[in-house]
This record gives sequence, structure tokens and C-alpha cells, in this order.
Amino acid sequence: MLKFILRRIVIMIPQLFLLSILVFLLAKAMPGDALTGRLANNPKMDAQTLAEMKEKLGLNDPPYVQYVRWIKNLMQGDLGISYIHQQPVTDLLSERIGNTLLLSACILILSYIIAIPLGIVSGRWTNSLADKLIVGYSYLSFATPLFIFALLMLFVFGFILGWFPTGGSVNIQVEKGTVDYYISKINHLILPSLSGALLSTVGTIQYLRNEIIDTKIKDFVKTARAKGVPESRIYSRHILRNSFLPIAAFLGYEITGLIGGSIFLESIFSYPGIGQLFLQSIMQRDYSVITALVMISGLATLLGTLLSDIILSAVDPRIRIE
Amino acid sequence: MSKQPILQIENLRVSFRIHDEYYAAVDGVSLTVNENEVVAIVGESGCGKSALALSIMGLHPLERTKLEGTIAFKGKNLLPLSVPQLNQIRGKDIGMIFQDPLTALNPLMSVGRQIEESMDYHTKLSSSAKRQRTLELLKRVGIPNPEKTYDRYPHELSGGMRQRIVIAIAIACEPSLIIADEPTTALDVTIQAQIMGLLKELQQQMKTGIILITHDLGVVAEMADRVAVMYAGEIVELADVNTLFSRPLHPYTRSLLHSIPSVQTRKEKLHVIQGIVPSLQKLPRTGCRFKSRISWIDESEHEKNPILREVAPGHWVRCTCYKNFYFPQDNIGDMNYGIS
Repeated sequence: MLKFILRRIVIMIPQLFLLSILVFLLAKAMPGDALTGRLANNPKMDAQTLAEMKEKLGLNDPPYVQYVRWIKNLMQGDLGISYIHQQPVTDLLSERIGNTLLLSACILILSYIIAIPLGIVSGRWTNSLADKLIVGYSYLSFATPLFIFALLMLFVFGFILGWFPTGGSVNIQVEKGTVDYYISKINHLILPSLSGALLSTVGTIQYLRNEIIDTKIKDFVKTARAKGVPESRIYSRHILRNSFLPIAAFLGYEITGLIGGSIFLESIFSYPGIGQLFLQSIMQRDYSVITALVMISGLATLLGTLLSDIILSAVDPRIRIE
Repeated sequence: MSKQPILQIENLRVSFRIHDEYYAAVDGVSLTVNENEVVAIVGESGCGKSALALSIMGLHPLERTKLEGTIAFKGKNLLPLSVPQLNQIRGKDIGMIFQDPLTALNPLMSVGRQIEESMDYHTKLSSSAKRQRTLELLKRVGIPNPEKTYDRYPHELSGGMRQRIVIAIAIACEPSLIIADEPTTALDVTIQAQIMGLLKELQQQMKTGIILITHDLGVVAEMADRVAVMYAGEIVELADVNTLFSRPLHPYTRSLLHSIPSVQTRKEKLHVIQGIVPSLQKLPRTGCRFKSRISWIDESEHEKNPILREVAPGHWVRCTCYKNFYFPQDNIGDMNYGIS
């Protein structure tokens, strides 16, 4: 097991290396550079100063020199300095990553809390009224664009009814560490996480429903019935355990999503997280931030697949990692 | 022959709903199984054998199955029982062996736990006593290393081993009746012989009645005391095993026996019964149901409403068409299936 994990991590190094080249090239391929957005359009800036700055920042060096410089710093944990925010990218990220993790974890947990019972009801009592309603909801949620739904939620519950704050991650007037501070944090979380969760249940519901429908006609369920196992136990011990496998396997990928954050949600609720930062950085050509974020989410994806494999081997005896 | 009957099936009709209409897969079957008796049910695929077997324990999906008639187990009719009531009997008094050991076991549960599970509901044994008993059962069904096998998962065992586990599950609570639904169909021939040997041995030790569903006539000859031949949902012939093999009467039985390839007489072509078992929706509901597959027999030989008649003590045959039945000399219209 340990050997397997180590081997997978070693394989990740060339994968990350390839990713870094790709990220670098893509970043370079975008029109403009770090100076275009902020300085080039400034009428007070003359062409010579601009050229000097370019030279000073190393933007005139051949791409491979720039790449080597970037990757060297990257390996030392230096993600560079944001041109826009004028502070190290690491500082910028560490401020926000906590918020993003919190929000995404809330979305994930809430969506499981909603989706798992619905999926079970829907799969067990197929074609019942409850099943039809649940399937209807899951299709509707699948078809609803998040940015419209989130705006609607914000408008109704935040603006009209005024039940929840409409932006930020915490009330800045409250002192850090007090009970009020945490209550305020939760209060700020409710609306975005509920909006995200309500629309992200469809995968879990449909997966679970189909798995249950498939599993309940399997022969081993018949064997269990022939043993005289009560119906409730047939579900809990035989059908559900088998039906949860794909969802458990998917958990690894879902956790990856936690780090990536929700770009739309954070932007709509002006929630200071990584997703919001990513969108801003793209608009403002803040290369060092973009490349750092893409690299991080790439790493998270690789770790997520590894995590999925580990989870699957833990819950399914047929898959053993050696 | 003063044995107590343990299972008495009277006029059983099992119908399935297909597009809002019910079609009977088992139609008016009456059959008795006595203590310590092996009754074989033979017939082609699709003639209602498995539907009959599953209906005894009420294992058909309730919402699209209709069961009529009576299935009396030790004098108690099982058909009106609710699922919780049936659960008292399932696994305890009646055990079931399924066809495909590759799919009949839960892939996520150790085989030991799967054997033990029926004891959870039918006995008050402590968990160590259950484990002990499971180890004994494993030994009894011929698993070489019970201690080790207990914690194994189904995918780690071979097909034959898994079928032994399925048998161990069926006999875990010493049932007085075992329903074996084609227990060897999914296994290869050498393993088949071992499994049948094991079943026979267990049956003699435990004195259980067995309903053996199969289309393997070799297995029937070896194990059964009595044989019921089913065709299109009906029993067409019922006799003790010696009579059936030495003096088969119904054309269907004779065709089945005729189809067994023999090592002694090398034939150019294997005998095949013309046509196929009609699908559930197209089943003839009146007259002799086998008529269309023996078209060379004159219409007048058949009965209008054939019933099962006792032609000799203990030997029952349906329809009169057996009286002048013959095989067409050079297999008129017999299709060549490429075997020569």
C-alpha cells in the first residue's frame, strides 16, 4: 500500500513537469503581458521607460530562460509576486485558500446530505411519486445555470428578505476569535453553500439511483432474501453497500474540486476565495497568480485520482493495492 | 412409501405482468415432495422450472407477479404469507441453491459472514458459536482450509468453491427442504460431478427433501427419486426415475431422452427437437401445448383439453398423443445445425 502510494507520487513528478510546461506556454500565449494591463495604457508612461521595465523584469529573455527561472522559483515554493496586488502570490493564496476550502467543504457535505437520502428513496421505490419528484428535481437542478440560480438566491434571501449578508466571508467589524465572529462566518456561508449544494446533487442522486436499481435485481440479493434476511437489512447490508462504491470512488475527485473552488459562486457572492481571485487574475492578466492557481489545481487533480484509488481499495475487497 | 409429504403444491399458477397483462409461466402445476425425497424438475429453458422454484419461497418481484393455487409447506400454505412471515421460513426450513455461483454471492462480504448471516435471523447462537458452526459447514461442503476461507471474499475463490459456499448457505440452518435451481449449469463438467456428489451426500446425511431443477438428464438419473417433466408451464409427465428412463411415454420426454448424445452409437446428426419453447405471450393456452413441435402427429391423436392421467401406479402423463407417437424415420424437416 505504502509502496503503491509512493510510486504514484513519483509518477506525479513528470506529470507535473509536463503540466508546468503547458501552463507556461498557455500563459505566454495569452495576448499582452504583465505590463499591458496596468502601465501600457497609462498616458504618462513613455515607451522607453516601458521597455526598460520590460528588460528589468526579464520579459525580453527567451522563453526557455523565463521558464527555467519560473520553475526554479516554483520548486523553492516561490510563486512569484502578483503584479496587480503587489504582494507575493503565496501570501495572496494563503489568505483565501481557507475560505475556499471552507465553502467548498460546506457545499460538498450539504450536497451529500441532500443527495444521498434522495438517491436511496428514488432507487428503492422506483417509479413511485417520490421517485418522480426526485428525478424531476435532479433534472431541473441539472438544467439550471448556477450563476442565474445563485443570483436569484442572493436577490431573494439576501436583498429582498435580508436574511443573509450579500457578500464577503465575515463581518469585518466583528473581532476575530469571538463567538460572534464564527456566527458571522457561518452566516456568510449559508447562502453560497446552499446555492451550490442544491445544484450539485444531480450526479450523486442519479448515480445512487441507478446503482440501486441495478443492484437490487442482482442474484446475490436473491440469495440474501432466500436466507430470510429482512428487507431493511437487504438494503443496508447488501444493496446499499454495493451501490455506494462509485460514489465513494468519486469522493477523491470531489475533494479535488474543493481546492479549485467555485469560480461563479465566489464571484457572485463576492466571497474572497481562490475562485474569485482566479477570475480577477485572468481579466487583469496577473500571470503569476494564474500559473500558480493552475499548477495547484493540477496537483490537486493528481492527488484526487490517487485518493479515489485509495478510497476504492478501502471499500471494495476486489480492488487491492499492492 | 409411507413418507410424510413436506411440500404439497396444488394447482399452482404463476403469472407475470407484461404490459398490463398477466401471462402464466407456471400453469396448474401440482406436485408433492416427501421427506428425504429428491424430486427433479426437467425441461428446456423457458418452460417454467425456475419460475416454479422461485415461487415456493416467494422470491418473485411482488409487484408484477400473481400467484394462485396453494403451496403447502408442512401443511401450511405459504402463498398468503407476508414477507416478514416468509422470512421466518426462508433459510431456516427451506434453503435455496442458485444457478450461478459467480453472481449469487455478495462481492463485498466475506464468505464466512455470508454463511453466518442466516443464523443471525434464525438462531440465537452467540457470535463465536456461529463462527464455529460456519467453520464446520465449510468443512462439510468440502472446503479444504475453513479457517482461512472464512475471511475470503467471493472473487478469491473458484467457481466450484463458490458453489460449495452457496450450498453451505443453503444448509446453514439444516432446512428440511432444499430447492436447487440448476446448481451445476454454470460449472464445468468435472466440477459438476463433484458438486452433485456433495449434494447427494448431504441429502443422505441430513435427510432433507430436494427439489432439483435441471435440464441435465444425467444428473437426474443419478440423483432423483421422482421426476417431473415440464413443458410450457405444465407438467407433462411425472414418474419415478426408473420408470421415466425405462418407459418414457410423453413425446416431449421421449424427445428429450432421444436428444442425449450417446458415446456408443455415433450418429451423423444429433437429434434436435424441432422449434423452440414458445415465449410466454405466445404460449398456447388450450389443447396439447407440445403439438406444434411434433407436427407429423395427426391432430386427432391429441386431446382437446389434455389432463394429467395416471397410466400406471405413480406414472402420470398428459394428453393422449403419446399412444401412437413415433419419431419420423429420417427426421423430416429436421434442421441441420452444422453437426456432422
